Amino acid sequence: MAAPSADTAAFFRMEGVSKRYGGVRAIEKADLAVTAGSIHAILGENGAGKSTLIKIIAGVVAPDEGRMLLDGREVSFASPGAANAAGIACIFQELSLVPDLSVADNIMISDPPRRFGLIDRNAQRRMAEAALERAGAADIHPMALVKDLPLSRRQMVEIAKALARKPRILILDEATSALTAADVSKVFAVLKRLRQEGMALLYISHRMHEIAELADECSVFRNGRHVATYPAGSKSDNEVIEMMIGREYRHIFPPKGTVAAEAKPVLECRRLGWTDRLRDISFSIRPGEVVGLGGLDGQGQRELLLALFGVLRGMTGEIRVDGAPVRVSSPAAARADGIGMALIPEDRKTEGLMLPMSVRENLSFAALDRIAPHGIINRGIEDGKIEEMVRLLSIKTANPDIPVGALSGGNQQKVVIAKWLMRGPRIILLNDPTRGIDVGTKQEIYQLLRRLADEGAAIIFYSTDYDELIGCCDRVLVLYDGTVKTELVGEGITDRALIASALNINAGDGVPASGAAA
Amino acid sequence: MTDTTSDPARRFPSFLRRADPAVLTAFVCIALLLVFGSLYSTSFLSPEYLLQQLKVASFLGVIATGMMIVILLGQIDLSVPWVVSAGAMMACAAAAYGTAGVALAIPFGVLCGVAIGLVNGIGVAYLRIPSMIITLATNAVAQGLMVVYTGGFSPQDSAPEAMRWLATGFLLPGVPNAVLIWAIVGAAAVFLLTRTTFGRSVYAIGNRERAAYLSGIDTRRVVLIAFAISGGLSAFGGVLLAGYASKAAQSMGDAYLLPAIAAVVLGGTSILGGRGSYLGTVAGVILITLLQSILSVMQMPEAGRQVIYGVVIVAMLLLYGRAPASR
Amino acid sequence: MSDWRYRLAEHHGTLLAIGIFVVMFAVYTSNHPAGLTANVVQTAANKGVLLAFVAMAQALVVITAGIDLSVGMTFVLTNCLASWLVVGSPLETTFGVVVVLAVGLLCGAVNGAIVIYGRLQPIVATIATGAIYFGIALMLRPFPGGGVNEDLADALTGRLFGFVPASLVTLGAVVLLVWVPFSRSVYGRAAYAAGSSEVAAYMSGVPIRRAKFMAYSLSGLLAAVGGLFLTFFTYTGEAAYASGNAYTLFSIAAVVLGGVSLFGGKGSVIGAIFGALAFRTIGDLLFVFDFDPLWQPLFQGVVLLVAVSLGAFALFRVRNRLDWFA
Repeated sequence: MAAPSADTAAFFRMEGVSKRYGGVRAIEKADLAVTAGSIHAILGENGAGKSTLIKIIAGVVAPDEGRMLLDGREVSFASPGAANAAGIACIFQELSLVPDLSVADNIMISDPPRRFGLIDRNAQRRMAEAALERAGAADIHPMALVKDLPLSRRQMVEIAKALARKPRILILDEATSALTAADVSKVFAVLKRLRQEGMALLYISHRMHEIAELADECSVFRNGRHVATYPAGSKSDNEVIEMMIGREYRHIFPPKGTVAAEAKPVLECRRLGWTDRLRDISFSIRPGEVVGLGGLDGQGQRELLLALFGVLRGMTGEIRVDGAPVRVSSPAAARADGIGMALIPEDRKTEGLMLPMSVRENLSFAALDRIAPHGIINRGIEDGKIEEMVRLLSIKTANPDIPVGALSGGNQQKVVIAKWLMRGPRIILLNDPTRGIDVGTKQEIYQLLRRLADEGAAIIFYSTDYDELIGCCDRVLVLYDGTVKTELVGEGITDRALIASALNINAGDGVPASGAAA
Repeated sequence: MTDTTSDPARRFPSFLRRADPAVLTAFVCIALLLVFGSLYSTSFLSPEYLLQQLKVASFLGVIATGMMIVILLGQIDLSVPWVVSAGAMMACAAAAYGTAGVALAIPFGVLCGVAIGLVNGIGVAYLRIPSMIITLATNAVAQGLMVVYTGGFSPQDSAPEAMRWLATGFLLPGVPNAVLIWAIVGAAAVFLLTRTTFGRSVYAIGNRERAAYLSGIDTRRVVLIAFAISGGLSAFGGVLLAGYASKAAQSMGDAYLLPAIAAVVLGGTSILGGRGSYLGTVAGVILITLLQSILSVMQMPEAGRQVIYGVVIVAMLLLYGRAPASR
Repeated sequence: MSDWRYRLAEHHGTLLAIGIFVVMFAVYTSNHPAGLTANVVQTAANKGVLLAFVAMAQALVVITAGIDLSVGMTFVLTNCLASWLVVGSPLETTFGVVVVLAVGLLCGAVNGAIVIYGRLQPIVATIATGAIYFGIALMLRPFPGGGVNEDLADALTGRLFGFVPASLVTLGAVVLLVWVPFSRSVYGRAAYAAGSSEVAAYMSGVPIRRAKFMAYSLSGLLAAVGGLFLTFFTYTGEAAYASGNAYTLFSIAAVVLGGVSLFGGKGSVIGAIFGALAFRTIGDLLFVFDFDPLWQPLFQGVVLLVAVSLGAFALFRVRNRLDWFA
């Protein structure tokens, strides 16, 4: 255990750390100083670089440049194990527990107590019990299997596991999002005690009231850059939001269209629910509308799109298309003629494309039933359609027979969109379609979406980039914790309103959380 | 050498992408084997010998075609040994039932293979059992059924005339029927894989089943059909073998599992699925057959052949078939 | 404290396998004309331990979410080797046993190296190495033959104190000397963790590669113990292709019956042992109920088919269809 240092000088520093994924900057020249005996909150909107920052500290990814200093010595971590050994423990959002092992096995997994080289189970159990006790989770039996525990209990095990390592720096990445209110207050008491004992805590959360209660210091990140560090409580919510807003470039968005007020909705959802991830979601959309999904990442937006597209099982509620109830039980059903849905999925590399296959094969894949009567591909029809799509979206490819993986990210994304446009869909669902692509292609996609809407398509557009929601959407549904908390319309779609409602605080000119129009 | 990118094809321009380096290597190996064999005996380059090899290769070729489709999906079919035997035995058995039996012998044998393939397909596609396990299990069941049926001995029924003609006769002068059949099966496979929705779906599922499913393809049905085809072709291979030998035998299929997988993999089809051409499988089949022939002409005992097989497969896989480095 | 409930949950696959075996064996002995005598038990034990050793070997690899299709061939190879080496004076015999075990260990290590460091799929890699091991076995014994130190063989296949089958005692000793230390070491823990969730194991800083390599190597060692015992029973070595294949297949069946998940991370070698004994008892049951022994392969196949299909019920709990493709 780290002894509380005599002075409050930072014992861990990051200096000028940068990381790029492909051509996309995740974090650039970031600085951070961590002091013993304090809780340091990290704030920022989606894509601000928070997760990359902590992944670097925890040894999950290696930085491209910059250095990290621990006790004045430069360090680098080749793996999470190495970061652990240096006294850094991280509680990740994606749980790092092994489901088939017991709670005690998991808590002590990196360094179990040993006798004669073998794991001493009695000692292990005592230590695990002590760690659970310390984490305020003495109700969890150390011999229970992790996979049998509910999510909130697993999260407590994760916290106990981190504590059992007696780290000097403890990183909590949205660690409370799965917890019950009772657990949260227990965990807070634990965290405050740890601070007193001299531990340094990095706390990432989007819950402003938690940060207000816990943090000693706050650092704000925006677009991968460190914006400011200030003592907690010295800024108002509004000032904090102001720091999180602000971009370096502004896109040019096409003018928004007008939807005939009397147009009948093409898609209506009534009280949709799915496990604990989606709750009571109702909305409708008319032809020609672009409806955005906002909110922080992971609030159910992805699940909502998958639910509409027939991927999720055990849904409750009702989906109506053209006023008639439909049952969509697979993507094949969703794309069929009566419904005419298309989904541009989240990850084009694993869900949208078959990278080693050719542009041709990828483009015609979702519309094979159109170009292959009786299952036999008609090369004439196929060539015509592919030429049309390549021209329509100006996809830059030497010829349609090269592997799609050889194209640039932007052109790959165009292929994903084009393969669905080949079917002429009426309802288009997009899951963050501009992530990781160049500015030029983004502009083209904005133009395309508006043109499709003008031609009568209904578009549901989830984006983690608030700028896009403001520029492209006629309405935005802001999701929080699996349900629609706020609906922003027209001029009401502003930076301030989006961030405030995403954080579920009532600041500025956001519409109060009052549920969405049905 | 350490081919760790997820997409090695990207490194080649389009005209070279078609000519997979693995296929080229396999053909180079075939040429080397022939040269090497001709040093040993000049008859290795005679048309009679080559035609004979092609004929022997065609049995493996038919079986490997089904295996290839399954491997393209990223799955594997280990039920080949007893599906081959079952196809042969059931065809011969049907022939014992009068003229109708004789007429239906071949379709009946193939249908038995299709039935076993359907069980495999249901297990893999709908129950999500690893293909390796479910096909081992159906192999055991097929063996059990055949043992019960034959009483543990080689069946007495002999292959009907039609089966013998199919395997050993000549429809076109100079071209053995077996070779002709392989050519037809191969042409059908090429058509199926390159020109149909089914073929595109097979490659897509092998590359990324998730993406194929999200594109609205009924991936489970495609997997089911692929396994049924594999079972049918294995059984058809058995029918041909029974025609060639005039009768079915207990463990006649045992010698075809490893060579079928090896031929597909040596021909450049990725064992992880999604990549491979039928031309490669043809090269792999011929390569394996020639290797066997030369080893036996050189009087290499079975033991040496097994070791050489194993070493060749591991070596070729280490060249082409490695999974990407995890990080 | 209700520890027993958690112990039950942790070991329920193993306990189920023990239960199945006990019921089957009770039915068998109560219908056996001779009843539960030392002789009946000894015969059953000697038939069962061979598959038990091979199933243990398979289980070690399956726990890491791998598979070893060469395990039967390692078994045959070590049988052939033992028929040359495990003969002569006590010193020579000891030397022979050590060499046979070392060769088994090497076979497993080769599999492990190819799968882990060569990054090949375990299915194809072990099919290929299986061919190599069988080829070597065939070189050693082109025809059945050879011998074994009969004193040792009789001692290990006979009875201790007149009623305890020595083969079962050896099985227990191997469990104590190989499985218990491994499973309770950091590497055993890591093998389970890697099999259950490789990502979580990596995030937890667990030695994944070394653990898997050890599991494959020890698997070869256990298959070699099985090969030794085969030699003790038959007094000869035989490179039998069908027998090697059958043992590979049955080992998978035994592992599944024994509650070891083919997806890794779950179950134990003890379960695999009882799975193997239960699987062997199928044949005995057919015998006491006067079924034609010809039905045995079919019964075994159907049991295997049903056993592997049972795992599919977890599918009905999947709420997100994309999880099918994980």
